[in-house]
Amino acid sequence: MSTVAAQKRGFGAVLWDYLTTVDHKKIAHLYLFGGGFFFLLGGLEAMAIRIQLIQPENDFVSAGFYNELLTMHGTTMIFLAAMPILLGLMNAVMPLQIGARDVAFPFLNSLGLWLFMFGGLMLNVSWFLGGAPDAGWTAYVPLSTTSPGHGVDFYVIGLQIAGAGTLMGGINFLATIVTMRAPGMTYMRMPLFSWTTFITSVLILFAFPALTIGLFLLMFDRMFGAAFFDVGLGGNAIIWQHLFWIFGHPEVYILILPVFGVFSEIFATFSKKRLFGYTAMVFATMLIAFLGFMVWAHHMFTVGLGPVANSIFAIATMAIAVPTGIKIFNWLATMWGGQVTINSAMLWALGFIPTFTIGGMTGIMVASVVADYQYHDTYFVVAHFHYVIVGGTVFGIFAGLHYWWPKMFGRILNEAMGKLTFWTFFIGFHLTFFIQHFLGLMGMPRRYWVFLENQGLDLGNQISTVGAFFMAFGVTVFLINAVYTAVKGEKVAEDPWDGRTLEWITASPPPHYNFKQIPLIRGLDALWVEKTEGKGRPTPAEPLGDIHMPNSSFLPFIMSLGLFIAGFGFIYQVDYDWAYILLFGGMAVTLGSMLTRSLKDDHGYHIPKDELESEAD
Amino acid sequence: MSHDHTLNPETMPNEPEKATQEGQNKFIGFWFFLGGETVLFACLFGTYIALNSSTADGPTANDLFGLELVFIMTILLLTSSLTSVYAMYHMKNNDFKKMQLWLGITAVLGLSFLGCEIYEFTHYITDYGFTFRSSAFGSAFYALVGFHGGHVTFGMAWLIGLMIRNAKRGLNLYNAPKFYVFSLYWHFIDVIWVFIFTVVYLMGKVG
Repeated sequence: MSTVAAQKRGFGAVLWDYLTTVDHKKIAHLYLFGGGFFFLLGGLEAMAIRIQLIQPENDFVSAGFYNELLTMHGTTMIFLAAMPILLGLMNAVMPLQIGARDVAFPFLNSLGLWLFMFGGLMLNVSWFLGGAPDAGWTAYVPLSTTSPGHGVDFYVIGLQIAGAGTLMGGINFLATIVTMRAPGMTYMRMPLFSWTTFITSVLILFAFPALTIGLFLLMFDRMFGAAFFDVGLGGNAIIWQHLFWIFGHPEVYILILPVFGVFSEIFATFSKKRLFGYTAMVFATMLIAFLGFMVWAHHMFTVGLGPVANSIFAIATMAIAVPTGIKIFNWLATMWGGQVTINSAMLWALGFIPTFTIGGMTGIMVASVVADYQYHDTYFVVAHFHYVIVGGTVFGIFAGLHYWWPKMFGRILNEAMGKLTFWTFFIGFHLTFFIQHFLGLMGMPRRYWVFLENQGLDLGNQISTVGAFFMAFGVTVFLINAVYTAVKGEKVAEDPWDGRTLEWITASPPPHYNFKQIPLIRGLDALWVEKTEGKGRPTPAEPLGDIHMPNSSFLPFIMSLGLFIAGFGFIYQVDYDWAYILLFGGMAVTLGSMLTRSLKDDHGYHIPKDELESEAD
Repeated sequence: MSHDHTLNPETMPNEPEKATQEGQNKFIGFWFFLGGETVLFACLFGTYIALNSSTADGPTANDLFGLELVFIMTILLLTSSLTSVYAMYHMKNNDFKKMQLWLGITAVLGLSFLGCEIYEFTHYITDYGFTFRSSAFGSAFYALVGFHGGHVTFGMAWLIGLMIRNAKRGLNLYNAPKFYVFSLYWHFIDVIWVFIFTVVYLMGKVG
């Protein structure tokens, strides 16, 4: 079905199409819209935090509300904005890059998306139901177990639902890459973004279950009277920290590795050169992922695990700088001697290198155990992780959006507005966060809702808040750009950037079956090989034939809705007996739709060969 | 291409569970899922080991556990794993009836295991006052063993659903992966039990 036809359908039909879709490209759109919405929400929370801190002893928000803001800012940005947008990019691009018609489990893909949506909704309805979670995004016990009201309950249930969706996404990408690569697409010919998708999925697979268990224990303690963290009954509060960070540290690599892939594609494409040190890049990614599981206790240096444990984790942490350094140098070497085009996507990539390097350097500083006792829980740490997460992940998301926007939506983002976004955001970012290193070194603790005047913190905080407004301006321009592009943007053909990888041989946006004939891959940078040594396009690996496609389904939405309803049951059964109706009703809906799914055969359908023949290339 | 994947001796592939792209995806995807499940149980084991002596003056592991019952449960579950292997053997030989028979035996063994576990938990609660809320040890014990029991329960529902759904139509390339993936799951549950037997019960009695 072409996009023109899609535009002619009524709103209801389009809505139904999106609610039931199992097409990885439409799911990518939904991930982007959902993640983008939560990104704006998290951004608003950040602005409120910065406005509160613009001057000493400000009273823009109350102390309790401030706690809710900072908790929801962190939780939203990580779980509901950054990860879904990255999953959106992976969904949009990875199957195209490896020459597949869809992911391995299209139904599961849709289920993962809706679980994320309902999990995010769950977290955010807490604002209207007595207050949001207020124990920090790390929800340390006993603060989180004793936090009054239901705020933290929404955190537990919301993240449990969203996390299950992410886990499904990870398994799906893994299976897709293992079984569905096009003929000739060996592992070492995969574009780097597909590689980082693969390795990120491994991280998701092995990290998220730790969060699942951590959340279960917290849920049992808060809602069912268990004693995991209740010291009076022999519980142990440190278990939460371990479980949280066994998940939480790999999580930061889940956030950063995909954008390493994005940057690798962008540097190679806009330098007109093969990625320098491709093999080293692949193995550096693996090494980062592997080490990422070995370093969780560096978040717990001040807990008192003892000098031996602290030293081991410190050294393991510092070791991560090596593969990361390999990557930085490889990107620089990719540009070296290349024909560099500087456009919006490339600007974000160029801005990323110094920003992320600073973040990496402060990372080594906080990895040093002895010094960390000074940095711990100060704005130095806040500055550090914003340099890597904003300077890495958010820059990477913007870069990837500018790069793949034409592939996803068929139109190219406006360059002038793109550059304006970059420069205001880039300057604003450094204004906001560079000064926070020094605020931290001067002893400003994180998560406090006020600071006192004349302690050398006034000017720094003011500068930081001004910077935040620059960033907000940049994001606003990007939104305008997105709308402008949708209406007036320049329509593009399949390959606007003179690309190197397979996604650029499909139409922009690609047809729902992606490839009429699966291409035969003859080397790394599959398209570039054909441009330089072949006929400009890969040779088909199969004759034109019927294409097998999965059926759309409304069940994923229903399943997630059931869990959403059951979530309220879990939360309110503590206070009211009627909540059990929600609990059992919701679970019945979910399990019932799972049963329906298993009992009803779903063979998908075929697009007949003659229909494909009649469609233009 | 036809949707009819019904098998006969001539068209029977060597590994019917992996003969289609969908089957292959399921096979690989499920192995990955089991990898995640491993971490899930590892976290529960870690929590249990950290809390197994935090009895808050309640009954200890040594007071509670009786190895006789646990021995019977272990035999039941290990045997059920073996019988599911026989079922898969018959699946590969395209002998649907024998496969169903062995799966049925697997279900009986699994349900007996569940019965024992329910008896065990009731015994602890009524005779010892040892509950999910009585101590951190209690919470950790019921969380770990209960998660395993929950997996067995889900597996039973899954298996019985599969057997009933396919009872009349026999084996084909569409449902062969479903049966096979169930057997993978069942082996995994069995392996977890071996660790529970060792870490919870043996170490609780001896350690």
